[in-house]
Amino acid sequence: MGRKLLLEHINVPGINTFDVYRQKGGYRSVEKALKTLTPEEVVEEVKKSGLRGRGGAGFPTGMKWGFLAKPEGVPRYLVCNADESEPGTFKDRYLMTYIPHLLIEGMIVGSFALGAKTSYIYVRGEMMPQIRILEKAIAEAKAAGFLGKNILGTGYDLELYVQPGGGAYICGEETALLESLEGKRGNPRIKPPFPAIAGLYGCPTVVNNVESIAAVVPIINDGAEEYAKIGIGRSTGTKLISAGGNVRKPGVYEIDLGLPVEEFLYSDEYCGGIANGKRLKAVVAGGSSVPILPANLFMKTANGEARLMSYESLADGGFVSGTMMGSGGFIAYDEDQCIVRNTWNFTRFYHHESCGQCSPCREGTGWMEKVLHRLEYGHGKMSDMDLLVDVSKKIEGNTICPLGDAAAWPVASAIRHFRDEFEWHVSHAHEATTHNFGLAHYADPLPKPEEKVA
Amino acid sequence: MSDKHKVTIDGIAIEVEPGTSILNAARLIGGDIVPPAMCYYSKLEGSGGKCRTCLVQVSKGSEKDPRPMPKLVASCRTTVMDGMEVKNITSPEVIEARKGVVEMLLINHPLDCPICDQAGECDLQNLGYEHGAAKTRYEFDRRTFEKIDIGDKIQLHMTRCILCYRCVFTADQITNTRLHGILNRGDHSEISTYISKAVDNDFSGNVIDVCPVGALTDRTFRFKNRVWFTKPVEAHRDCDHEKCNGKVTLWYKGEEVLRVTARKDEYGEVEEFICNTCRFDKKKTSDWVIEGPRKVSHKSVISANHYDTLKPLPVVKTNPLLQGANKEQFERDTRL
Ligand SMILES: Cc1cc2nc3c(=O)[nH]c(=O)nc-3n(C[C@H](O)[C@H](O)[C@H](O)COP(=O)(O)O)c2cc1C
Ligand code: SF4
Ligand code: SF4
Ligand code: FES
Repeated sequence: MGRKLLLEHINVPGINTFDVYRQKGGYRSVEKALKTLTPEEVVEEVKKSGLRGRGGAGFPTGMKWGFLAKPEGVPRYLVCNADESEPGTFKDRYLMTYIPHLLIEGMIVGSFALGAKTSYIYVRGEMMPQIRILEKAIAEAKAAGFLGKNILGTGYDLELYVQPGGGAYICGEETALLESLEGKRGNPRIKPPFPAIAGLYGCPTVVNNVESIAAVVPIINDGAEEYAKIGIGRSTGTKLISAGGNVRKPGVYEIDLGLPVEEFLYSDEYCGGIANGKRLKAVVAGGSSVPILPANLFMKTANGEARLMSYESLADGGFVSGTMMGSGGFIAYDEDQCIVRNTWNFTRFYHHESCGQCSPCREGTGWMEKVLHRLEYGHGKMSDMDLLVDVSKKIEGNTICPLGDAAAWPVASAIRHFRDEFEWHVSHAHEATTHNFGLAHYADPLPKPEEKVA
Repeated sequence: MSDKHKVTIDGIAIEVEPGTSILNAARLIGGDIVPPAMCYYSKLEGSGGKCRTCLVQVSKGSEKDPRPMPKLVASCRTTVMDGMEVKNITSPEVIEARKGVVEMLLINHPLDCPICDQAGECDLQNLGYEHGAAKTRYEFDRRTFEKIDIGDKIQLHMTRCILCYRCVFTADQITNTRLHGILNRGDHSEISTYISKAVDNDFSGNVIDVCPVGALTDRTFRFKNRVWFTKPVEAHRDCDHEKCNGKVTLWYKGEEVLRVTARKDEYGEVEEFICNTCRFDKKKTSDWVIEGPRKVSHKSVISANHYDTLKPLPVVKTNPLLQGANKEQFERDTRL
């Protein structure tokens, strides 16, 4: 049994209320931090824990906090990124829905560490239930003296607000989020300056993912060393993984980083294997923007070792035979799934969500979508695959924000690993159009369920 | 000891004030090593960074940290560091990326220059000519829009817009009321007026001048003539508008002033914004003090009727590295 740090009490009835959460030891980290530690010591603990941002890029949280500029007389802000809209990722809303006080507790400790007197939780506009849940939880915490003026008599003041977001995927990109929070169109800003120097209203700001902020609670409660003992290498602690696709038991799981992917995928504690006794064809390990991998490459690293659920292991082999941890949106595809259709679907999303500021992303995502659409519907050409790779290259790395890369990688990786399937769509246009299946009959023999991997 | 920063662009060194962008450093050197710019506009605060035509390669970050930058950077929004080395037209990667940007920009910008009112003054036309490929690989329908009259003086043809945001910045920064902006996302984005309201402001005409393509045009000039048949003349008048100094270019056909625009510098950017009275209401020679003919760059199509020396295309340099990477372009150059 993996240990649970974030989801330990998730099944306790009433854990979404302040009283039950408090009975279960909630808000201890606030007491500890505000009463016994200095803000610098809290930042130091987070640094020592090795916690890496859980929003996708995996940047060390403590280091990010350390970069925050501290000019005299200028407010600083902590902003929680609860926009969560990467296809395949649904862990943050799970946390906010079922154990909202964990996030609020983390926000108080984080705000204290950064010297923020006003903090925001920016929640995707569509997530109205979560917005209400958080507002209620904030009111409860405030009534109990954990928010507002002079918290627990320590002289520290903090106001925490929930802000419904603009309802666009791009509003999850941290600088677009700040624009949106300021009431403007959610266009990413051109960096530098980075938010740590000039963020919300031009003031120093840290933007962190929901899970990153929640993880600060066990780090302060149990100490950085305890936290850093969990995990492997530079991937410390636990991670929430939202598992979806053709697994037997989709859901949100908390794993110790470093868990073998095979165990995550096949053990009954987690995904329980592939649904309906089918074979695994491919995996997207970290949300739709990370490169897709065929089953065999996913299970083994470049030098043939068992792949682990860690930042380093998943990235092993670069993009040639590796992928990324991303935000932990794990999507498994069984033998019946069509990679061409899936790639088209992802690209459709990125096309729809591009903010339109940079020419390569604005025009390139639409172009890729149209080419993929014609491939999927039996009008493709053999040259389309090279065209797609080239267009994706023209986008990648040439844009203001990483959405361009996020749109390019799924396409480039799908063609790299499943080119024959794309070609099949051209040579068997009629079948590709009339049947919407995953070409199990044509692909290389896939691993049998009992073999798990080839 | 000077506190200036030394930067080397395509092997040419210059010292500039700290805080200068790579693009502006290159402009100080001048010539072919200046990256093209479609969205940056020196007179508009916060502009730039969007179109990605000015991408360059930083092969040495600075004296302190000589590592190259991992990705190409937008030269209009990247400031120089002391000791920085930049490659523009000596980097095949840059030329390749720029070609990509041109191809993308031309997806939703029709190449119907012969019937466009911006023909001869279009930055994209120049960019496409210098950095484009002979044909596009895009085979789908382009987006099209009805033309919209924004008041009685300006016409918007969104079909041609490349979403550089310049007009939005202009309206934001030099007019008192901004009634237009960008709607929707991605390639559904469009410039739009607030519920089709006219952009009614005594400085609104400047959006026409900043538009790098033919999306915003002067309704008082549309279809009157092709620019290269007109004769540009510098002139000024004593304008009583507090923010306008009345310095303009008059575009003559015979004795008639067909159009009045602000004066533009060698990068096609207006020197100073002008008011609508000067632009739209003063079309008689007697309204103006004539200074003399406007100098026209040899690069401009406008020069076609005035100058007869054809200079070689600027992109292809006698640099073996570049020739190899840009064979196609090189061949086109020699063909021409
Ligand atoms: C297009 C795009 C969308 C993003 N969406 C989210 C999101 O929904 N939630 C999130 O936490 N981070 C998102 N990110 C990453 C954020 O920009 C930022 O890196 C993150 O919130 C930092 O938090 P962390 O350091 O705690 O991971 C997105 C990034 C991009 C480029
Ligand atoms: S990469 Fe795409 S989403 Fe990001 S700023 Fe550019 S156009 Fe907008
Ligand atoms: S209308 Fe012209 S100036 Fe305005 S965004 Fe479009 S291309 Fe740029
Ligand atoms: S001019 Fe630099 S990005 Fe447009």
